[in-house]
Amino acid sequence: MAAAVAQTLLEKFPKAVSAAPDFREEEALYVIRENLPEVLQFLYSAPDAEYRLLEDVCGADYPGREKRFEVVYHLYSLKTGQHLRLKVALSEDDPTLPTATGIWKAADWFEREAFDQYGIRFEGHPNLRRVLNHEEFVGHPLRKDYPINKRQKLTRPTNLGWEEGQSRGNGSGSEAGGEEPERMILNIGPAHPTTHGTLRVLARLEGETILEADPEIGYLHRGFEKTSEALTYQQVIPLTDRLNYCSAMMNNVGYCRAVEKLLGIEVSKRVQYIRVIISELSRIIDHFVCIAANIVDIGALTPYWYCFRERENVYELLEALCGARLTTSYTRIGGLSHDLPDGWVERCRSYIRERIPRAIEETETLITKNRIFVDRTMGVGVISGDEALNWGFTGPCLRASGVPFDVRRANPYYDYDKFDFEIPVGSNGDTYDRYLVRMEEMRQSLRIVEQALDGLPEGPISAQDRRVSLPEKDAVYTKFGALVQHTKLIVDGILPPEGEVYSVTEAANGVLGFYIVSDGTKNPYRIKVRPPCFAIFQALPQLTEGNMIADLIAIVGSLNIIAGELDR
Amino acid sequence: MGIESSSILRNSPFVKPVDAILNWCREYSCWPYAFGTACCAIEFMAVAASHYDISRFGAEVIRFSPRQADLLVVSGTISEKMAPILKKIYDQICEPKWVMAHGACACSGGIYDNYCTVQGIDTIIPVDVYVPGCPPTPEAFLDGLIKIQKIIEGESIRDPKYRGE
Repeated sequence: MAAAVAQTLLEKFPKAVSAAPDFREEEALYVIRENLPEVLQFLYSAPDAEYRLLEDVCGADYPGREKRFEVVYHLYSLKTGQHLRLKVALSEDDPTLPTATGIWKAADWFEREAFDQYGIRFEGHPNLRRVLNHEEFVGHPLRKDYPINKRQKLTRPTNLGWEEGQSRGNGSGSEAGGEEPERMILNIGPAHPTTHGTLRVLARLEGETILEADPEIGYLHRGFEKTSEALTYQQVIPLTDRLNYCSAMMNNVGYCRAVEKLLGIEVSKRVQYIRVIISELSRIIDHFVCIAANIVDIGALTPYWYCFRERENVYELLEALCGARLTTSYTRIGGLSHDLPDGWVERCRSYIRERIPRAIEETETLITKNRIFVDRTMGVGVISGDEALNWGFTGPCLRASGVPFDVRRANPYYDYDKFDFEIPVGSNGDTYDRYLVRMEEMRQSLRIVEQALDGLPEGPISAQDRRVSLPEKDAVYTKFGALVQHTKLIVDGILPPEGEVYSVTEAANGVLGFYIVSDGTKNPYRIKVRPPCFAIFQALPQLTEGNMIADLIAIVGSLNIIAGELDR
Repeated sequence: MGIESSSILRNSPFVKPVDAILNWCREYSCWPYAFGTACCAIEFMAVAASHYDISRFGAEVIRFSPRQADLLVVSGTISEKMAPILKKIYDQICEPKWVMAHGACACSGGIYDNYCTVQGIDTIIPVDVYVPGCPPTPEAFLDGLIKIQKIIEGESIRDPKYRGE
């Protein structure tokens, strides 16, 4: 058990480890910097609870404290299904600590992000440079003393340093010895059709074979975390829509669930079931976009029309709920913005019984046994289960590699343990398996929606809690207490207790985590999103090494990288 | 097209009919360059897909090379890191060209007003049509496209931009 692990740590490293304040039954420990590598190494291979998944590393800034910065690690053990949070305090004069990249490769970009945003240095990190902000950026924007509006212009496109002739052949190599093959550096993106908006990959090629690929991100960095620190808890919801905009509902649900955990609120069964329904519908349309885009990138346009036709149908359902197609903002803290409209359940049922299965069937017929598709994807971009876990993969990409980890099953929330569904798992961990897993997940999601619609209970759609829910309009006009409550909520906002929580949900791409620190005021002190894409995309060099350029396109598509979530 | 650079034609009495023919051709054969960065790009995909079918307006030939496009559709937030790239892409598109700012972020920065976002692409490149919305519905996009077509309709080879000025 995780509690036992915490106890063992306290006994084993009495000077280095101390317990953090107990809040919402989360395991949290303080570790001193000097002993961090031993503690992390111990946890990685701790008996009974191997913490093999490093979900997140992030910084935090507390200017008032003696040690200003804090680095927070979120570990997860697949064995016990428990999270563990480690916190390391660092002083402003010397914000350095040893890297964790030697244990988890996943730490790579997360540490780079902490360096970029807070200026925390990780000693021994192989490539500690900015990841989200541009190279000419001065300062660290997420520090509390960095003004939110202080923009810094970039004068020229980012140079990745490879242009300076590092191991660039130019034909001279072959002249010299005849053995050194000609190398070429190819820049792909960020304005490239397959890079899904804003990804950039620099590839060193030998012929058409990729020797080394270097992804560069941050082209859609929009400062979600800094912006949310200036908003109230409810106001953050629209920003969460725009993280993974292919399945905005799931981000709404994930965020609201985290804040509800912070407040200690349990939402009603009806809200839970509706959230399950919209989450699974979103998962379906997200997978549709991923598959459609992946296949368009490979060169087949037809399935795209099929997938998008069905997406439009689901959009109609979502639009009926909240009036928006894409950026839904449907959930509220403690509930939902509206109840289901009349006839929605029947409409949804007819869609999930007829139209969506038909679309899945049609897509399957077109693609699954298509020789060209199979040749392009099978055995391409292979990653083993252990490697994938080490890189921090979650969601369909991890399951395609044979690891049956799904938050809905491992740590069930919202009655997911009561629904009957399977977790599809791949066997090879290649691009083809990732496609198959997504196809099957859509079918399983349909099953969940069906069961949730059948079991949809009656009940209120907002929590009966004065701290979050507005009173009835009639009561506001007639009762003084209700008027005061309304005014207080509008003016002061939601005031959660001081503390911090980390909450995860299974989003379309994997584990979507929200780490929220509250200082008791109406604005969140710190919100860190744990985006599933971010961990997955950093493994691109390994996935593409030795493959062709055309394979890179297929691989990137199959990872379903959504820039909004990647760069935030 | 090259015709507009001929000063003889520009000064001849046939300017009106030549304009009418050229504009008619251009109007219904916009080749969009989809500079999609964020959420709006998903809606752009929806416009291009079967339900809304952008080909009804003759703009279904979506190119990803600036050399082959004449309508730059900027869908999504432009960050400071992306800004020089957008400028470069714009410069690479040959005249005549038109720019549509698709969505609130491209128009004005939208809900993002912070250290890393550009407050509207018109601070970097000229914009012909602004389509508001976060994201705009496909109908709004098509409305913007029709507005672009109206702009094209009103152009003449005597306009300064065709004289290379």
